[in-house]
Amino acid sequence: MNKEITIEELKERAKQLRKTAVTMIYEAQSGHPGGSLSIADIVACLYFREMNVDPKNPRWPDRDRFILSKGHVCPIQYSALGILGYFPEEDLHTLRKEGSKLQGHPSMTKCPGIDISTGSLGQGLSCGVGMALAGKRDKKDYMVYVVVGDGEADEGQIWEAVMCAYRYQLDNLVVIIDNNGLQLDGTTDEIMPHLDLTKKFDAFGYDTYEIDGHNMEEIVATFDKIQTVKNGKPKFVNAHTVKGKGVSYMENQLAWHGAAPNDEQYAQAMKELEEGI
Amino acid sequence: MSELIATRKGLGDELVALGKENEDIYVVDVDIAKSCMTTTFAKTLPEQHVNVGIAEQDAAGVAAGLATCGKIPFVVTYAVFGSLRMCEQIRQEICYPKLNVKIACSHGGVTPANDGASHQCIEDMGVLRTLPNMTVIMPADYWSARKLIRAAAEMDGPCYLRFTRDAIPVIYDENDTFEIGKAKQLRDGSDVAIIANGDTVRLAITAAEQLAADGISARVIDMHTVKPLDKAAVEACVNDIGKIITVEDHNIINGLGGAVCEVVAEMGKGKVKRIGIQDQFGMSAPYERLLAINGITVENIVEQAKAI
Repeated sequence: MNKEITIEELKERAKQLRKTAVTMIYEAQSGHPGGSLSIADIVACLYFREMNVDPKNPRWPDRDRFILSKGHVCPIQYSALGILGYFPEEDLHTLRKEGSKLQGHPSMTKCPGIDISTGSLGQGLSCGVGMALAGKRDKKDYMVYVVVGDGEADEGQIWEAVMCAYRYQLDNLVVIIDNNGLQLDGTTDEIMPHLDLTKKFDAFGYDTYEIDGHNMEEIVATFDKIQTVKNGKPKFVNAHTVKGKGVSYMENQLAWHGAAPNDEQYAQAMKELEEGI
Repeated sequence: MSELIATRKGLGDELVALGKENEDIYVVDVDIAKSCMTTTFAKTLPEQHVNVGIAEQDAAGVAAGLATCGKIPFVVTYAVFGSLRMCEQIRQEICYPKLNVKIACSHGGVTPANDGASHQCIEDMGVLRTLPNMTVIMPADYWSARKLIRAAAEMDGPCYLRFTRDAIPVIYDENDTFEIGKAKQLRDGSDVAIIANGDTVRLAITAAEQLAADGISARVIDMHTVKPLDKAAVEACVNDIGKIITVEDHNIINGLGGAVCEVVAEMGKGKVKRIGIQDQFGMSAPYERLLAINGITVENIVEQAKAI
């Protein structure tokens, strides 16, 4: 946790995460850039400001937990873990390679800092409920942050877990939906419309927050506040984001859900991420 | 073998005992605590109890999350839900990260006899034994159920345990000892080996007694752990006797019989006859009748032992 970090510094961190994630996917020639870029600003805020973690002691029992339920966008989390020193930064060049800590989807037994293995969609939130419940029962004050994809919310198990968190009054659980409006086969409106997720979570008994997932001031203000609200209600952040955010040819493009840039595209991506579109 | 007790009673009783000794023992129920005999646990140890409602997939994930925080959760449900409805969650969130979660299921095999095919799980042990890092157990009676539940709580890692809904004879006493992965030989013999587990062990014992009366000497083994299978015990049956009958309240595909055949086939010698559910769904009928329809009877074990 570093509440001293400024908005400008966090924006720089988010830029660094984006560049690192795109580089990893470029080097691996495999991975999921679109969703990695849409959640980058929130990941930066959580890891570099909000979360109480110790990279030298990744299994510290009192740590805040982070679950990337949409595990396919792990390059963005690996970037944060590498920069924070959970593992040597040079390991960031091993994404999806044989013997790597950095599996195609996060493995808690292989990679320090991964709190639960994910990759099969719909399951991470239930694990977060278990962690948050253990925290309550053990009278610990850690938080559990779970990032869920908007497409992932098609999975019925998400809603089982949503109800369970309310049942057990888990105000230490924060469900963040990366609401970028696209899933693999089309827009979420085409494939499986979710209508108003904020209204849904409100109806499920959550404290809800609706934010621009790329506005760092708003992100910081939201997560700063969430930590202080101990009212027995789980928290929901409806983060409106842009898939592929920061790379012009990737933004809102279905094709960049799971594709790696070529040399030319990579050079352009790096330039745009550094200088802005 | 006079007293009749459903092994799910052993589950309920032992979980309470374990929970009182260790506050990290948790039970995750899915709104069938009453039929899985965990209501005493829920009442006695509410701080170690969770009921997620009728949501088995969530239960698996909640248990995984609890396990990452040092808890030893037992997800308690029916075999059909605990193996099949939760299957991919068990694979992804429990077996792959090798978390210390136990799946403890009542209603194994055809023991929920009146409920019909929807509730009679004949596939569970086969499905779950193919998952890496998983241990698969079916105790033969009340006392072995209690001992093996305790052993499962003491081992680190995923474990599936299967119990009976219906009452079956008590064949052990509370002084018997059990080790996960180690077969329990109940009787030695030289003419044929009968390897059984769960609610069919009692049939194997009676069959061996009848065979003895006919001058046939049968070794009887309670193979309570299907995975890791006690290969040495199977190899000894092949080397000492050469003829094996397997008996199980499970599909003959991929259960105990399948596991024994894998060992025997690789040895390149020895004969096996599998007795079990004949790759068909059940129906609402008396428990013993459902076994009989599939040839899971003392008479058929005797007949096959003579024929092999």
